[in-house]
Amino acid sequence: MASYKAPLRDMRFVLFELMDGEDIATLPGYEEATRDLIDSILEEAARFCEEVLLPLNRSGDEEGCVFENGVVRTPKGFPEAYKAFCEAGWPGITASPEFGGQGLPKVVNGLIEEMICSSNLSFGLYPGLSHGAYVALESHGSKELKDKYLPKLVDGIWSGTMCLTEPQCGTDLGLCRTKAVPAEDGSYRITGTKIFISAGEHDLTDNIIHLVLARLPDAPKGIKGISLFLVPKFLVHDDNDLGARNSVSCGSIEHKMGIKASATCVMNFDEAVGWLVGEPHKGMRAMFTMMNTERLAVGLQGLGIAEVSYQGAVAYARERLQGRSLTGAKYPEKPADPIIVHPDIRRMLLTQRAYAEGCRALGAWVARHLDLHHHPDATMRQQAEEFVSLMTPVVKALLTDLGSEAANLGVQVFGGHGYIREHGMEQYVRDARIAQIYEGTNGVQALDLVGRKMPADMGRLLRRFFHPVSNYIEEKASQAALTEFVDPLGKAFTRLQQATIKVAQAGLRNPDEAGAAATEYLRLFGLTALAYLWARMAEVSLPKAERDDVQGFYAAKVATARFFMQRLLPQTGALFSSIMAGSKSTMAFDEAAF
Amino acid sequence: MKVLVPIKRVIDYNVKIRVKADHSGVETANVKYSANPFDEIAVEEAVRLMEAGIVSEIVVVSIGPAAAQDVLRNALALGADRAVLVQTDNEIQPLAVAKLLKLLCLQESPRLVILGKQAIDDDSNQTGQALAALLNWPQGTFASKLVIEDGRIEVTREIDGGLEILSLALPAVVTTDLRLNEPRYLSLPNIMKAKKKPLEIRPAASLDINVEPRLITVRVEEPQQRQAGIKVADVTTLLNKLKHEAKVI
Repeated sequence: MASYKAPLRDMRFVLFELMDGEDIATLPGYEEATRDLIDSILEEAARFCEEVLLPLNRSGDEEGCVFENGVVRTPKGFPEAYKAFCEAGWPGITASPEFGGQGLPKVVNGLIEEMICSSNLSFGLYPGLSHGAYVALESHGSKELKDKYLPKLVDGIWSGTMCLTEPQCGTDLGLCRTKAVPAEDGSYRITGTKIFISAGEHDLTDNIIHLVLARLPDAPKGIKGISLFLVPKFLVHDDNDLGARNSVSCGSIEHKMGIKASATCVMNFDEAVGWLVGEPHKGMRAMFTMMNTERLAVGLQGLGIAEVSYQGAVAYARERLQGRSLTGAKYPEKPADPIIVHPDIRRMLLTQRAYAEGCRALGAWVARHLDLHHHPDATMRQQAEEFVSLMTPVVKALLTDLGSEAANLGVQVFGGHGYIREHGMEQYVRDARIAQIYEGTNGVQALDLVGRKMPADMGRLLRRFFHPVSNYIEEKASQAALTEFVDPLGKAFTRLQQATIKVAQAGLRNPDEAGAAATEYLRLFGLTALAYLWARMAEVSLPKAERDDVQGFYAAKVATARFFMQRLLPQTGALFSSIMAGSKSTMAFDEAAF
Repeated sequence: MKVLVPIKRVIDYNVKIRVKADHSGVETANVKYSANPFDEIAVEEAVRLMEAGIVSEIVVVSIGPAAAQDVLRNALALGADRAVLVQTDNEIQPLAVAKLLKLLCLQESPRLVILGKQAIDDDSNQTGQALAALLNWPQGTFASKLVIEDGRIEVTREIDGGLEILSLALPAVVTTDLRLNEPRYLSLPNIMKAKKKPLEIRPAASLDINVEPRLITVRVEEPQQRQAGIKVADVTTLLNKLKHEAKVI
């Protein structure tokens, strides 16, 4: 059976030892978020995830969602768990108190999202989508729309969706065909078909609020002619009572590789009543507000899977007795040694661990900058925003790619027992896979990094990452105890700098050069970011490992940092070579020969 | 009606306990602590009685170090109204706990005290009984069900081989067993609200009660490691061993 204990010790380390978590409460609006409060919240979230969400993960996967006569039934236990989730107030963690939320820091929310994803990724998508809808509506909706819909989204009584994709229109939203026609009363009539709509139809809430991309009759062609509309499943009277069923319906649900307990729906809009959110033809702006939040959240899905797969693999590697250690029996009293003695098993476990802990630090580092949105100093706010903007594609793609890798390693540690379903390890592989695809494929994230973020303002965004890292390397270069961490970081960083110059220059001459290097470049960027954080984590842990390290937490941290630097970071050398080789071998290949 | 619920802060039930190298006690550095689970059941029961309109105020009390504020905050988040921490860093044994609680009962005048039947660290199972005796109040221990009616409390007790139902006059002391209820999950808004509820800290020394330990811990040992089993040749040998070596039949 799958087991999972939220890594609270490590979360506290990241928040309060690696970062200045205690200072969060000095930000205006976050006065309540003191350390003791954050501790209590994390504890209780962990309990809920471990006791309520985790037990429904495998049954939800086995059962899946059922579609009958236009109605979707979620797996057994999901409606009750969702109700308990809402009663405990978890949908409103970061939402504004104005609409019934708790207004808590995003960095705390990020840690809770990780726990939810570790426990039950499918379940997490329902409140996750509502949160995305909340963010888009809160930033761009009119006061009337906000007052009417946000409180119910915040308390989870209603849920939300994001309806972007159409059969002919996935990554390229400019191809969107869904129509919106103004009605006399100021509302609109929406007609079209949307596909791949997570939580489009289900039995968890009384009403579902769809945010739909569509084209007005006078819309310019392409991406600049898209507007955003709010379309409720049931129309809502002014007194908040539910009225007539709107003409939006679920046509079918998809049969998927993973996240089977999450309903992925085809939604048909047939002159459905909707309201404009934001300005006409400015739908993409609203959509990007939502998407940036969602992209970070999707990154955390990869992290959540990496962590839970690691925990499962460690437990199995301690128990499973096979063969003897290459250097002689370590447990002579047992019929064989547990497989954790074998170098290759240790390689896999440490890789999972180094990825999970490194990605947790990276996710929190970026989320901490989201919270600086509350900072009184405008320069600080802007710099933090630039940092988040730069790091969003890195977090999304790196965390989901590594999450997938970690999930695969988890299966490998189990051998044949990982491939069969009973232990739940293969489910992590299937569930993690989608995170590399949705909210912009990881290829699109890489293009966003090299095509948009890298050249923006003559590289100003890049400096938000490059400056702190180069300052750190310079500052610590003389500290002998840190050499084993700072030196490899320095090497990776030099490669990243050189690769950046190469991609930027070659990309100017020929955009295919940047396109061909993008994925490797993003990975090089991400690994360098992890190296920076691992060096800092080692720096924090080294003195503490010397004294009062009863649980061995700090010693393990330093040892994991060492493994990362020596065994994982060298990948940057290979990535660097690939990038420097240029696009020719990729692009010269004759299309007909494929 | 006012209820007083004492809560002990103990090493969390998930922690694997390690004995200190000098055998003077168990390792407590960097170990996770939480509320004694039986005491959580006591808080939950008080909150349910409040929701049923029977209880009007819940006061939670802990005796221990400053860190015990955490378990009190959690009780406030579950639904208690206010908290008192009798602060001390010394070891306080059950009789001393009962004496301190008696003083608080005289000051607070609750009609009912609900507490865990025992704490999962030392498993003493004495505090509730001692408190009832010191106050000269009736006691209902190991409760699996409570019904309050007409100034009396009906306590269903779990005893060997069945249930015993007592009717006690109030005020009374009740200790909880595992099956009394299942504590709810804390809600996020209530965790936030708990921060603002009153938590009074009173130094134990200021209460003028002798809390000196009366028992001395001589030595703490790990339980003996379980030995591996053996295979026997036949049933006769098995019976023989059970009779003469294990002496169980």
